[in-house]
Amino acid sequence: MKILLITEQRQGKWNNASFETLTAAQQIAKNASGSVIAVVIGKGVGELADQLAAKNVAEVLLVEHDLLDAYTPDGYCVALKQVIESAKPDLVVSPHTYQVRDFAPKLAAMLGKGMIGDCVGYRSEGGKLVFVRQMFQGKTAADVTFLGSGPSFASFQSGAFRADLVEAHASKAPINKVSVSLMAGQIRTKPLDLFKEAKSAVDLTQAPLIVAVGRGIKAPENIAQAEAVAKAMGAEIAASRPICDEGWLPMERQIGSSGQTVAPKLYLALGISGAIQHVVGMKGARTIVAINKDQNAPIFEIADYGIVGDIFEIMPALTEELQKAKPS
Amino acid sequence: MNIIVCIKQVPAKDAPLAIAGNWIKESDIGFEMNEPDSYALEEALRLKEKHGGEVVVLSMGPERVKQTIKEALAKGAERGIHIADDNFAQLDPLGSAKALAAAIQKEKADLVLTGLQSDDHGFGQTGVLLAGLLDRPHATIIMAIEVAGGKMKLKRELEAGWFQHIECPLPAVLSIQSGINKVRYATLKGIMAAKKKEIATITRESLGVSSEPTQKIEKIYVPTKSKQTEFLTGTPKEVAAKLVEKLRFEARVL
Repeated sequence: MKILLITEQRQGKWNNASFETLTAAQQIAKNASGSVIAVVIGKGVGELADQLAAKNVAEVLLVEHDLLDAYTPDGYCVALKQVIESAKPDLVVSPHTYQVRDFAPKLAAMLGKGMIGDCVGYRSEGGKLVFVRQMFQGKTAADVTFLGSGPSFASFQSGAFRADLVEAHASKAPINKVSVSLMAGQIRTKPLDLFKEAKSAVDLTQAPLIVAVGRGIKAPENIAQAEAVAKAMGAEIAASRPICDEGWLPMERQIGSSGQTVAPKLYLALGISGAIQHVVGMKGARTIVAINKDQNAPIFEIADYGIVGDIFEIMPALTEELQKAKPS
Repeated sequence: MNIIVCIKQVPAKDAPLAIAGNWIKESDIGFEMNEPDSYALEEALRLKEKHGGEVVVLSMGPERVKQTIKEALAKGAERGIHIADDNFAQLDPLGSAKALAAAIQKEKADLVLTGLQSDDHGFGQTGVLLAGLLDRPHATIIMAIEVAGGKMKLKRELEAGWFQHIECPLPAVLSIQSGINKVRYATLKGIMAAKKKEIATITRESLGVSSEPTQKIEKIYVPTKSKQTEFLTGTPKEVAAKLVEKLRFEARVL
């Protein structure tokens, strides 16, 4: 089986999820006695191709063009379609980043193929690859298979595979430059400035203790109860995306794929169901406590301690117990 | 500015899910508008209020989907298109997008909006696939739209707190990030007005698109736990005391 990995870089810097997906590609290749071809796409990214060539891959394809300097979905689709048509892989894999979500489904469709996105794992069953992804906001898992001939497209969720398990290789893999035909007129959108909003006043990544609230908090006036728990614990308050979307807490306190990724000593999730987009931002926490009224909430899948109950009854009780436990 | 918004009807957020093979039992649960799509609808309504034109909502699925279309009409969309298909849940992303694209091609839309992803399948591919099938420029995860001089200036969300401005010509397809706006509620007047608005129903078969699937959901199931969770039980006071005890002396994090 020939596996083509599309790596991701921005302004010459790796998106580390590329290496997580390289681990996935190497493992799939090993099971299927196949090989991995890694693609680096951009402009002036030869050094990144060099770094990739030191990994256990059969070949690195370096796709460079002036019009690929900044990412555009049109530019990437036109270029990568040519790369795939000439390399003829059976499977194309990529990390499930915002950028991949922006172009990969269309790239697959341009080749008349389908994509299974946001996979958390895979199995091989009788020579057939079964991809595992989450559905219903993480409440269920699904086994998904490709129908018809390749190339098939799959993307892997951040954190699904470990970048530190990438296999290196003593001898360097060959780096082959691929020239693609791409004209300015084919790129219809124009990328402008990259920016961050007002510099985040709180750096949640450094907080050892985090109390986070989700939809279960129900109304903005209830946030105070969670803040009381956080204060009694000496923790930072944080939230899942819907709470920040509603403006109940500022965006800078959002944990998840579009917010901050944290790995505190303790993460207390209050009324958070555990949708994928949130979990990717906090699953690295050392101890996870979940309090939720729904015993089937996916957050319990990753919790060390769970309480099935009403957060509005438990929050005040917890604040009191924490205050009692404080060394005076 | 004529805008088509693709909206999906999904199981209600608190609906108990009973797994049946590769989908869920639909008989005993409620359905609602996919939340990410409600932000796309709101953005369409705001653009129409600013620039004129009409908002058409497009939805695919069984008969019940009309209820969600009506909700969109009550919020202010001009008319609805229902692609009737009882087996909608079994379509793959490309199959769904082909049907939606065929229906969109019959219209004259300057802009097609979708939500970021659905709360049921969560494929998150529809907007990007529509752009490909309709051969229009696109951008995704959009947090702001400014229209001027026949083109748009967009604010696209990247990961880890980064954003990017993008210039995009019209016509185009955009997928909207949740939280871009504050979604309105339907007013009583709106609900009354919606009764007179048109919902055109077409069958998916009549659109004549091939539906040979590229992928198949073999089965769905409750995910296996990656951690052993210790559940604490008792009165609120008891569980609070137990938790503090555990965190201090077992996990040693307090």
